[in-house]
Amino acid sequence: MRFINEQAIQDIATGASLLGAGGGGDPYIGKLMALSAVEKYGPVQLLDVTEVPDDALTIASSMMGAPSVFVEKFPRGDEYEQLFAKLRCFLGQDIFATYPIEAGGINSMIPIAVAARLGLPMVDCDSMGRAFPELQMSTFSIYGIEATPLAITDEKGNVGILDTISNSWTEKIARAMTVQMGATSSMCIFPIKGRDLKKTCVKKIVTYSENIGKTIRELSKKKGVTIQTLLDVTGGHHILSGKVTDVSRITKGGFNYGKTIIEGIDDDKNKQAEILFQNENIALKRNGEVVATAPDLICLVDFETLTPMTNEGLKYGKRVHIIGLPCDPQWRTQKGIELVGPRYFGYDLDYVPIEKLCKKGAHE
Amino acid sequence: MNYRIGIDVGGTNTDAVILDDQFHLLAKQKSHTSQDIEAGIRNSLHQVLEESQIDRDQITHVMLGTTQCTNAIVERKRLSTVGVIRLAYPATMSVVPYTAWPEDLKEVLSGQYKVIHGGYEFNGEVLSEINESEIRDLLHSWKGKIDTVAVIGVFSSLKDDQEKQVETIVHQELGEQIPVSLSCEIGSLGLIERENATILNSALFGVIKTTAQGFEHALIAEGIHHAQIYLCQNDGTLMSLSFARKFPIFTIACGPTNSIRGASYLSKLQNAVVLDVGGTTSDIGVINKGFPRQSSTAVEIGGIRTNFRMPDIISIGLGGGSIIRKTDKGYTIGPDSVGYQITEKAKVFGGNTLTTTDIAVRLGKAEVGNQQFIADLPIEDAEQIYKQVGSTVAAAIDRMKNSAEEIQVILVGGGSIVVPSKIDGVSKIIRDENGDVANAIGACISQVSGQYEKIYIYDEIQREDAMQDAKYHAVNQAIKAGAQKESIQTVDVEEVPLAYYPGNANRIRIKVVGDLS
Repeated sequence: MRFINEQAIQDIATGASLLGAGGGGDPYIGKLMALSAVEKYGPVQLLDVTEVPDDALTIASSMMGAPSVFVEKFPRGDEYEQLFAKLRCFLGQDIFATYPIEAGGINSMIPIAVAARLGLPMVDCDSMGRAFPELQMSTFSIYGIEATPLAITDEKGNVGILDTISNSWTEKIARAMTVQMGATSSMCIFPIKGRDLKKTCVKKIVTYSENIGKTIRELSKKKGVTIQTLLDVTGGHHILSGKVTDVSRITKGGFNYGKTIIEGIDDDKNKQAEILFQNENIALKRNGEVVATAPDLICLVDFETLTPMTNEGLKYGKRVHIIGLPCDPQWRTQKGIELVGPRYFGYDLDYVPIEKLCKKGAHE
Repeated sequence: MNYRIGIDVGGTNTDAVILDDQFHLLAKQKSHTSQDIEAGIRNSLHQVLEESQIDRDQITHVMLGTTQCTNAIVERKRLSTVGVIRLAYPATMSVVPYTAWPEDLKEVLSGQYKVIHGGYEFNGEVLSEINESEIRDLLHSWKGKIDTVAVIGVFSSLKDDQEKQVETIVHQELGEQIPVSLSCEIGSLGLIERENATILNSALFGVIKTTAQGFEHALIAEGIHHAQIYLCQNDGTLMSLSFARKFPIFTIACGPTNSIRGASYLSKLQNAVVLDVGGTTSDIGVINKGFPRQSSTAVEIGGIRTNFRMPDIISIGLGGGSIIRKTDKGYTIGPDSVGYQITEKAKVFGGNTLTTTDIAVRLGKAEVGNQQFIADLPIEDAEQIYKQVGSTVAAAIDRMKNSAEEIQVILVGGGSIVVPSKIDGVSKIIRDENGDVANAIGACISQVSGQYEKIYIYDEIQREDAMQDAKYHAVNQAIKAGAQKESIQTVDVEEVPLAYYPGNANRIRIKVVGDLS
């Protein structure tokens, strides 16, 4: 057990924008929510998943909706008190702790604000190990753990309890409710016992995120920064350093689809990378050959400061490093690949773990 | 003959120029920006008038670009106290106004705020209705405690009715003389960033008032009685003093904008990159159809995140005084500089510090100081450093380009001699003998603009008719601001489909500019 203070929140937010893998929404508003809550209610206890008693009940706190609406209309702050109270009644059991549903983007920050406000601990885990666009894309789904009963609310005070037949239905119905609620909602989802959480979550992801943020913060202050330090901390692979030469985008069905072209510079001169994204980066080709696909993370960081870059902020001339981070091993199972592999996103590609693809590249 | 005067107050220099009505440069004056900016302006004005010997009664226009507002924020001085009203309750209470602001700045502004009922949803529906008695009670409690008010409503950039209603109530309760900033007139989507910009605008009401008065007095003292007076905005257009009193924040970063516009005018290019090399840093901006390209991301002012329009500028640590050091891996250039002490510290001036200017002199690219003092530097080394300067500049210019095509670069600023004449990715470098006062020229040639923004429902009005309507209103705005009708042209059209809004709604924003009549 340890405490999360202001500096830790800053670092986790930086880490979360890397784990957003190009998407996930800017954690900025979430960061302000977490910082405000911690300033008012005190630091948050962070528990290792092994510290959660087997029979204790934990619940994820998250937000759903359009990132472009979050920046304008964000929560009251006390929504989660109500959600926790309703779910406690419905489930007939006290809630021991909360945790992030995803480690990337704004949802990395919500549980910190919630934990501070409710005086609950937060568990050092999530259910994605990164950011994904839909809520059934959770490691819990691999094991058939249900997202419901869940409680959903808006800032006006409307509350819904959902009990669905599958996690895909939860996604559909919660999404429809969210639109009616003004395109953003707050929810408590995936009630899970400590015993199951230990077997199915992505462990120590908050600490991982914090270490990434801390590394980037420290490196930004030094001269002659190398990307190697960040690779050591993340267990990632360097794919290419280059310059963005083209970004094309289209918006379809609530998602941003697009392609980024990056031309190699320095040691990577004469190499080219092409990244296909749907909110998050999904597939990456180097010189025409696939070198990484989801669920592995394809991330871009600023060439000089190593600050993580989201796809919205990319434009011609931006100098970046492309790095690939291995996903949680649970995603590499058959079930996992069905849920979040390249085919789910509509690309006719087999998933091959990034370390194998990168090794192959190195022997060229 | 009629004349106009342009004055630009920068961080280091205050520049003044006089142009005739054909825009010929008659006189220019460059002096160090003094601690007392107002005195500096008076001084420059006096000198440039002395030099030109023109009839002061024939001066028709005077333009001032100044950093006084920026300085006030950075120094936390002369700022007004602000009462902040956010229309959002119960939404957004998780992050209240002034979150993440530096404590000292918040204190200077009095830190008074309240989140009250109001705001809209993303589709224009009401989030919550405003409550008049709630607003009146709040204003009562603020009576005598605040100088100005800032009003920020959720999604007011889509629908501004509530903010305008609140403005009326403020004037009823606190009097017409209390200035109010409305966020819908200042920033775009992004509540926190727009709120921050709106608060800063209110905080600057006192500063802009003294700046305007000081300038008027300076002109009267110099015997200029018949000129129209304008302040420069950061989008390259002018505002009358009465308009400036409502939107002081638009003066922030007008300096780089004036440089870009001045460079464009001198080179007669409408589309190019402008490289403004100073003593310590270089600013790089893009000129697009004669106006600076605007930044699309959040901009920090004095440590506060805002989102109001700003020119898209990058700065690199390279200037005429950048210090060069030898390391085991080769030479490093900057980012520190000898700055204004170049005439004492640089080698060619008899000093001990190797600077970028010394390299240009060593290679015969510039004739300042004494070339003998730098003769001991091996020519190969000088060439290597010169090349390094070129590749630093090339990389920075490349970041600002929209495509891989080669582009023309207009080089201005006092330090421009250190930049090589051949740079990768650049088709041509254009220099001008008056490039050193490009910013004051930019101030002088500024035009006036008109802007109109409205949501049109295309199921009810045809797209072409909607465009015509928006343009009609924008043109009227420009004429009101002093534009000559025949010279008005459209410079920017923004059409944003509002996906969630019923009836095929689109937000149209049209901006037109014209010459001063």
